[in-house]
Amino acid sequence: MAEYYTRMGDGFGIYLSEEEIRADIREGVKDAADRGKIPPLTEEEMEHLYKIITMEGIIVGVKHGDEVVSSTDQGADTVGCESGVPIDRVIQVQMLERAFGIDSTDYGFTDYNFKAVKPIANYEAASMERALENSVIPILYGGMPNLGFYTKPDGPVDNWAELLPQGKVKEALEAQEAAVDLAVHDMVYVAEQMFEAGADGINLDTCGAAGDADFLAALKACEEIRNKFPTMGVEIGMAGEFVLGMHGRLKYDDTRIAGLYPHKQVKLAEKAGATIFGAVVNTNTSRSFPWNIARVCTFMKECVKEAGKIAVHTNVGMGVGGIPMCESIPHDVVSRADKALIEICKIDGL
Amino acid sequence: MGTEITHTVSACMGGMKTAGDLVLRMQLAHGMRIREAKEYVAEKLGVSVFELSDPSVMTEIRQTFGLGVQEPNLGDITGMAAKFRISEKMGITINSVENFKRKAGLKKEGAIHEETL
Repeated sequence: MAEYYTRMGDGFGIYLSEEEIRADIREGVKDAADRGKIPPLTEEEMEHLYKIITMEGIIVGVKHGDEVVSSTDQGADTVGCESGVPIDRVIQVQMLERAFGIDSTDYGFTDYNFKAVKPIANYEAASMERALENSVIPILYGGMPNLGFYTKPDGPVDNWAELLPQGKVKEALEAQEAAVDLAVHDMVYVAEQMFEAGADGINLDTCGAAGDADFLAALKACEEIRNKFPTMGVEIGMAGEFVLGMHGRLKYDDTRIAGLYPHKQVKLAEKAGATIFGAVVNTNTSRSFPWNIARVCTFMKECVKEAGKIAVHTNVGMGVGGIPMCESIPHDVVSRADKALIEICKIDGL
Repeated sequence: MGTEITHTVSACMGGMKTAGDLVLRMQLAHGMRIREAKEYVAEKLGVSVFELSDPSVMTEIRQTFGLGVQEPNLGDITGMAAKFRISEKMGITINSVENFKRKAGLKKEGAIHEETL
């Protein structure tokens, strides 16, 4: 019986039979459909996904003319910070556009969150301005709302994760609400500096990492940024497929935020004025790539369908978008995830 | 770094190698979906949507219109100068171009951006 080389969610290579791959696809689709209360992939789509997973070759690709565009959340510092090559971000932007051929990049501080950037926003904006002078591709300034940074002892508000176990529910809710206001202020402050520098957009990344209040902060900041600086686009990228209800009662535009999956998150992002939505579906490290990518495609197909005038860029990186949770990511699964998302879900970008 | 290169090779337009940066600009600035953005850029450049992702076609087009190329030679338009041309050709406001105009005295201090699309 023929077996096909694929991977587990932690990156470990495995051989699976046709029956095992088909069974995992079916299970992954069912898991997403059940959790999101959304339609499953059709039989034809599952068959197409099977063919993509079992295609020969390390790299597979989309058909001519089906290419999409990419946005990033790496701060234009992967060569310098992650790969350890001593090189400034201004130079890295030029490398990314002229050597790597990427469609856009974000620019960001190593700590990649707006609270950390605020005290040095002026220096960051000056650096952004230098990068913009010598480059052609669009550059967004990226960072995370990172609501946890606003809790004591690092920030001014009480830590709701400590208050909740003590039964101090009211205090925990108020602390999160206070943190939202502070985070919005910081994100808009940094966005203003970046607008003065000429940035093409702001990437509010990893939104919802600290729960529903975290996502609410991003939505409110997006709304304010788009109102104040209409020529600056905003990308809202998510932290996970599901918004945790750390607060539980927060609403945006009469929609309760806790518990939303990507196909509902995208609607709020659009209402807030975002122009690109970075959708996320998490990888289960103990399940196979066929299971994970089937699940991702089921969520993303519905997300793209529900999106109105907003581009959906699926996050396809370490631990999300069907990609294994490992540092050195294999090309085989990335190219297969890309092809599946473009051909089955009709995403607008990566 | 683990995924950007693979995305470019297997599924993306390739930035300045084709018209990926221009399509992304339309998505970012105006919230266009991929098909709408590609059609808009193709129409502005006088090419088909299919040709928009072809490096051999698009390098010539970009050189002709001065939109910046991946491997600039002597005399090729790069950086900010290319963005001036992109702003004009695409009919969009590019913040860094407006910023540069103000600094270079080509635009009145404090003048608001003109939305041309």
